[in-house]
Amino acid sequence: MTDRITGFLVVVLALAYFAGATTLSEPFFADPLGPKAFPMGVAFVAAVCGVVMLLKPDEEPAWPGLTTLLHIGYAVVALVLYAYGLKPLGFLVSTALVGTAISYLISPNVRTSVLTGIGMSVGLFLLFKFVFGLSLFAFPRWLMG
Amino acid sequence: MDLFANLALGFDVALTPFTLALAVAGCIIGTMVGSLPGLGPSNGVAILIPLTFSFGLDATEALVLMTSVYYGAMYGGRISSILLNIPGDEPAMMTCLDGYPMAKKGRAGDALVLSGVASFVGALLATIGLMLLSPLLARVAYLFGPAEYFALYMLAFATLGGIGSNNQAKAALAVCIGLGIATIGVDSTTGMTRFTGDNMHLFDGIDFLVAIVGLFAVSEVLVFIESHGKDSAIGVKLNKISIPWGDIMRTKWTMLKATAIGFIAGLLPGAGASLGSFLAYMQEKSSVRDNSEFGKGDPRGIAAPEAGNNAAAGGALVPMLTLGVPGSGTTAVLLALLMTLNITPGPTLFNDRPEVVWGLIASLLIANVVLLILNVPMVKMFSKVLQVPPAILLPGVTLVSFVGIFSLTGSYFDLLLMIGFGVLGYALRKMDIPSVPVILGILLGGHMEVNLRRAMVLSDGDWSYLFQSNISIGLWVVAILGFVAPFFLRSKLKVPTQST
Repeated sequence: MTDRITGFLVVVLALAYFAGATTLSEPFFADPLGPKAFPMGVAFVAAVCGVVMLLKPDEEPAWPGLTTLLHIGYAVVALVLYAYGLKPLGFLVSTALVGTAISYLISPNVRTSVLTGIGMSVGLFLLFKFVFGLSLFAFPRWLMG
Repeated sequence: MDLFANLALGFDVALTPFTLALAVAGCIIGTMVGSLPGLGPSNGVAILIPLTFSFGLDATEALVLMTSVYYGAMYGGRISSILLNIPGDEPAMMTCLDGYPMAKKGRAGDALVLSGVASFVGALLATIGLMLLSPLLARVAYLFGPAEYFALYMLAFATLGGIGSNNQAKAALAVCIGLGIATIGVDSTTGMTRFTGDNMHLFDGIDFLVAIVGLFAVSEVLVFIESHGKDSAIGVKLNKISIPWGDIMRTKWTMLKATAIGFIAGLLPGAGASLGSFLAYMQEKSSVRDNSEFGKGDPRGIAAPEAGNNAAAGGALVPMLTLGVPGSGTTAVLLALLMTLNITPGPTLFNDRPEVVWGLIASLLIANVVLLILNVPMVKMFSKVLQVPPAILLPGVTLVSFVGIFSLTGSYFDLLLMIGFGVLGYALRKMDIPSVPVILGILLGGHMEVNLRRAMVLSDGDWSYLFQSNISIGLWVVAILGFVAPFFLRSKLKVPTQST
């Protein structure tokens, strides 16, 4: 079923991509092929692949259970928050938090994951700051004055 | 002779204390990365690339460090194959077949030393092959025009789809995803933007390093969360390390044969090291008189795939350096490194930047000696790395990827994009859609389109121009064979199993 759904989605996306390519404006002095042809070709091949997947699906992949999918979702959310939190929270705090979260999601042991988070945060800060010379803010800027 | 003058230039570059230190550091990091299950050479190189930029290395130094990591990871992949029965990376899969049974018989040390020596033979001879063959191929590459390059890219994608995957439609789809992503941004021929949705961040296109780190490293973290880091206990005990001279002498022809096979497999754009170790093992098994011990710990079953995969790793550098078409996933990542450093691989590289090419080759020769020392007398140290639990290791991988990409591009948008690629990579893996063709598509898509359009300018829109020269006809034939042949050979190319 996964392959059939994916195949269908691929066909839809390929058509959308193809449609997007047709609306590109052709400059007056363009080369013989122009900017449209290559994307249209790619869209065509992708659509054919989608149809093949739809008609001839492989065996169903082993999808994880709902709990595990949720865990993966949490990890993605944690990473997105990290991307936004890196500057306002400073490197040490945000890195310790996300390190702990990822470690806990892999192996739910509070002690190990907190230690991993803090250790990673401090270790990587020292490494990046003093060996690689990156300009990282250890703490939130409002704390530093 | 030219060769010696070039090599002297190379050693001049490679033997400065700093470059030498980088090579040694690269070998150590590489062996560690390779020996960790799940973290293969592509992952290792992908995570480290952004850091080489923040470290301010110049082109030669960055390349020396990264190729040492690459060679090191190829050596290291065997360690967990032998001790845990889990390949440290994909090419090391074949080493499990006889390596683990041999280790279970109490000969883990012998298996590690023998495979280390086989890796050395394969990698060293392949580096010499690279040295001899690359300048010749570079000369042929001068004859390549836009039509030939377009055919060559088709060949790379076709062999990648044919050999590297179980389902051609999925592999071709992966290529299309990559090519589609490559069209995002400013069209280099006309200067107009395409598929950016008026998002400023997309005008420059999607940085391939962001895609690479997302697809390899971030998706790996998600896979580990799914498995909760199971399968990571040491399987067999490692006894004292001694050198099994008898086994080494008995397998010397095996190693040489496997090296030749692996090197040729590596030369094929897109095929890579997994094919090298696979073919080397299969050839050895079918050519010896008594193969009843294969799968039960036959020394030849360890020497062949290890020599084969390390030889393929060297072979894969040949098309990458001379034609700009990588022979494997990891060389694709190395190509991304070169392109970011503003070095265009190809025939002109050998004339314009000889210090880069020959410095690299000399460093590879040095790296091989360093790796032999690390992987034979000091292998016990690296077997300890296997005991690091994933709950500590994987957060490190995530954080290093983040800081690496952030220090490289300084953009939140790129971090989010990287996470997006991580999720995409996870889904692709689940559905058995290979991610290496996606990377290759992103890397080569721009060149492929430009060459196609140039060919059309030259021929004034006549498509038959693509099939006019002998070189392009040859490339098209190999491309079609590479894509179609696996349909018929698939039943023969089943991976054998351990028989213990």
